[in-house]
Order: sequence, then C-alpha cells, then structure tokens
Amino acid sequence: MNNKLKLGLLTILLGALGFADLLGAGATFPQPLYSKMFAVYEQQKGVKVNYQGIGSGGGIQQLTEKVIDFGGTDAYMTDKEIAATGAKIVHIPTCIGAVVIAYNIPGNPDLKLTPALVAKIFNGEINKWSDPQIAAVNPGLKLNGDIFVVHRSDSSGTTSIFTDYLSQIDPANWKMSKTFSTKSKLAVGGKGNSGVAGLIKQMPGAIGYTEIAYANQNQMKYAVVQNSSGVFITPSLESTSAAADVEIAADTRASIVNTKARDGYPICGFSWLVAYQDLSKNPAKARETTDLLKWIIADGQAFTRELDYGRLPQSVAAKALANINSIKVN
Amino acid sequence: MFRTLSLQTKENIFQQILAGSAFFVVAVLFLFFLTLLLKSLSAIWSNGFNFFSGTVWDPLTGAYGAFPLLFGTLLTSVLALLLALPFALSSALFLGEFFRKGLIASALRSSVELLAGIPSVVYGFWALLVLVPLIRRIEITLGIVPFGVGVLAAALVLTIMIIPYAASLSAEVIKLVPQDIREAAYSLGATRYEVIRRVILPQARSGICAGILLALGRALGETMAVTMVIGNANKIPASLFDVGNTMASLIANELAEATDPLYVSSLVQVGLLLFLISALINLTGRYVVKKFSVES
Repeated sequence: MNNKLKLGLLTILLGALGFADLLGAGATFPQPLYSKMFAVYEQQKGVKVNYQGIGSGGGIQQLTEKVIDFGGTDAYMTDKEIAATGAKIVHIPTCIGAVVIAYNIPGNPDLKLTPALVAKIFNGEINKWSDPQIAAVNPGLKLNGDIFVVHRSDSSGTTSIFTDYLSQIDPANWKMSKTFSTKSKLAVGGKGNSGVAGLIKQMPGAIGYTEIAYANQNQMKYAVVQNSSGVFITPSLESTSAAADVEIAADTRASIVNTKARDGYPICGFSWLVAYQDLSKNPAKARETTDLLKWIIADGQAFTRELDYGRLPQSVAAKALANINSIKVN
Repeated sequence: MFRTLSLQTKENIFQQILAGSAFFVVAVLFLFFLTLLLKSLSAIWSNGFNFFSGTVWDPLTGAYGAFPLLFGTLLTSVLALLLALPFALSSALFLGEFFRKGLIASALRSSVELLAGIPSVVYGFWALLVLVPLIRRIEITLGIVPFGVGVLAAALVLTIMIIPYAASLSAEVIKLVPQDIREAAYSLGATRYEVIRRVILPQARSGICAGILLALGRALGETMAVTMVIGNANKIPASLFDVGNTMASLIANELAEATDPLYVSSLVQVGLLLFLISALINLTGRYVVKKFSVES
C-alpha cells in the first residue's frame, strides 16, 4: 500500500470521526501558512480545518478521488488533470512563493545575476566563479574556485517554479519539471529545503535555489536577479507581490515567473487551493468551504508576512473572489 | 468458554493460530512481490533492457535507465560491508569470547544494541553535520573536487549503521560454541589466538555469515541516511569521492510527486529490482550458511 493511499485512508478516517469540518490535502510549501491560517480561523469562526501536507501530486489525486473538500497545489492543474476529475475545478490562489538563488562565497559579497547567467550557471556551462561573464555583471568582484550547483533531490514545487523560470529564459536547454536534472558535473542534490540550505551553507562555492523563508531563517546570502524589464531586483515579499500584479487569466491558472512587472522579482509562483465548482450536493459544507476560501484571500492574507510568503495583490485577490463566487453552493 | 473445551481441541486451536500466522507472513511476502510486479509491468514492457543497461535516469525525457542506481546501491553497500567487517568481527569476539560477563561487558553490549536502534535520520543528520565536512577537508587536502557528500560519506555512515547487526548476531553465535570444544583445544596446548582462529571461528562461521548478510540487507535498503549524504546525482560515480545515488534513495526522493503513469511504474520497477536483489542475497546467504555450517 503506498503512502498516498494510506494518508488518504487516514484523512477519511479522521473526517469520518468528526475531527474536522473541512478536509484539505496537498502542497507542503504553503503548509506553515495554512496551519497558521486554519488555527486562527478555528478560533474566530469555530470551523475546524484539517490540512495534510502530502505533496501537490497527492492533493490533486485525492481531490480527484473526492476524499477531500479541497486540494493544495503549487502547479496549477493541467487540462488533462481537470478532465480526470470529470467535473469543473476552480483555482484559488492563496499566496505567492519566492524562490531565491542562495550562495556561499567566502566574504559574503553581494552578487548580481542576469537570466543568462542563471541559466548557464545551473546547467554547468559556467562552472568557475572567475568566469568573465560573472565579472561583467559584477564589476569589481574578484571570485575564484569551482561553482557547485545545489538542487532539490526530492521532487517539489520549489523545483517546479525554478525550472519554470529557467524554461522561460532559456527554452532550448530547460524544461519545467518537479525534479531537477542538470548537465553540470558539479551538481549535488539535497533532500528538502533544509537539505539544500545545509549543503549550501557547508560548501564554499555553492549556489542553489531555495524558498525565501529558508534562506532568511538560515541567514544565507541570495542573489539580486535581473527581471525581464532589465531591472535588478532584490528578492523580498514586496517584489514577490509586485511580480503577481500583472494581467493573468481569469481562472488564475497562470505562471508569473519572468514577470513583466517592472519592480517584480522574476522567480516566484502562486500556490493554489483547488475545489470542485459544483458543491451543491451538500449546501452546508459548500457554504463552509466558500466562507473559508473568502477568508483566506482577505483576512488570512495578514499572516503572509510573518511567515515569509508574498501577499496576493489586489488584482489577483479580485479574480480569486470571482472564482469563489462561481462555486455552486445550492 | 475455553474451560469446557477438551485439551485436544485447545491444542488444535493453538496450532491453527500458529499455522495461520505463518501462512500470513508468506502471503504478505508473495503479495508484495505481486503488487510490485503488476504495478511495474507497463514500465518493464516499455523500458525493456534499457532499464538495466541505460545510464540516464531522466523523467523529463522519459529515459529510465537504472544502472547508475543499481551500481550506486551495490557499491555503497559492499563498501560499507567491507569496512564494517573488521570492526564487527572484533567486537563480536570481544563480547562473545573475552568479556562475556560483568559490568563492562553489559555496558558494551547495550551500546552496540543501542547503535542498532538509532533512527536512520539521526545517522544522516550526524553524517551531514560532522562526517561530510570532515571528508570535504580531506578532499581539499588531496586536491579533489570537494563535494563532501558522495559515495564515501554514504558508505561510511552505512558502515556505522550495520556494525551492530553483524556484531550482535556474531557475538551470540560465538557464545554458543560449546565450552568443551574450547577446553579440548586448550588442553592440547593451543593459545587463545589459535583457539579463536581454529576452533571458534570455524564453529561460528555460519552464524557470522548470517549476521553479515543481515547487515548487507540493511545496507541495501537504507534510505534516509543515504539520501542525506550521497549527493543524489543519478550517474555512475567516477570515484569514491564522487556523488551518486541509490535505488532506495531515488524512490524516496521522487515517488511523492511522480504523476506520469510510466514514471510511477518505473519507480516501482526500481523497487522490484531492489526486492529481487534482497531476495537473491538472502537465498545466497542461506546456501552459504548451509555450506559453511560445521554440522553438515
């Protein structure tokens, strides 16, 4: 019996025993935020929400099998995945995650990277810190030694955002994927954000990608990255929110990497909650679900800052609200 | 209610329960195998022989060559076994022959057994924080690419993890060598070393082999500690200091988010291969144990 199935059974069991009013499962990336939000929500509204971080794939699978009320995913559901559910699905963006390029260079200098540099460093084309292409972008910075590429060894939404970005800036060499594969000869995979952060911190000359929260908690230096408007952007929660403030599809199934926003940080993505559009079979529960979703995109956004997630810009929250309102509750 | 039953019936019920449990274990094993086989059928069909010979594992391009993983698994496990053997054998002799009673002996024995009980994630954590920087320093001194993580780190942490398995079983077997044989050897004027070399080790040979195989099985399947320090690069390591990956580590890393049916199936196929290798080692072990045992 695989883990997903076991967790599925567990969630059903917990639900059946009445431990939770609403059940969700999926992406682990926004889990700290959801835990906080749902705890506060229970205090304020008395509705208990149980969310299991089992990975985006598992969340979509359980939504398809209809064992949960909503799923969580870091990559929007593909048309094929939606078709597999046999019904209409609504996507509700809940927060924005930023992926930073953290590095370990003796002396902790600031580092600026252009999209071309990012693509070339991560596929091993540039493998020395002394490469003139790095010096050209960072005048006055004298670096040396090998470049070690540190990546996630486990499949993850973080990798998916990062490879989404790479595939936008260098489509010939990169493809979006949940697992990272590189031609670099000096690549090391770490398990989880903490594994990647640990390896970068230990290895002089290492560069890798990790969620902004982990980089901040570990006091790691991360690169300033040039966005599509040519502006060098320091990763921050503000520049992450700014990245999402662009024209996106009404169903919010959109990638915001390599954003057109002038002050937006280019490596970030939404995390979504997904639910069935037709919940009319159980009006009481449908009402609870839509109330929760509405709260998340409004009052719940207050908790994004303390937990290092980007807040939804007004334009996106408006679209999210329209999607929630499209849910059939009776 | 049981009181009214005859002795014979009680005996029968007892036997039925025993037979049922035994059958259950066999059934579980068989069903495991069947599940792995069924779930990997589509991968076996589509990957063909490339699964064993292919050196590229890249779900993006649909290349599922598991040779680097097979190689990594065998390399780290066998290396760990070779490194663990002298330590395991020495401590087994020490505990089984020299210090069989007393405070020191029981303290030592508990330590060895405790070593076996530490969760592997703790080993992995320790290796990442202590062993890896140490290896990196050595690599820098030697002028090799200072990954720190890699095959050597994985093999070393496995070594420490499997020592207790090989040692405690071997110690028990050494203790079981009949006292009169020892005394007979001593009475012929044999020194302690000669007694160990010519009497005890040959007598305990099969049990020691069993301990070693148990340890090898543990090394083959170890996941968490290995994945934390091996570097997780799906390639054939060029040297002991290079990064690599193992089958168990790959499955743990990639299964959670694998959605493409062929991808999942290929991961199950890796599991099947691991299952078969473990079974093969076990069967070889039985054969070896039989061949080496003194009685036959």
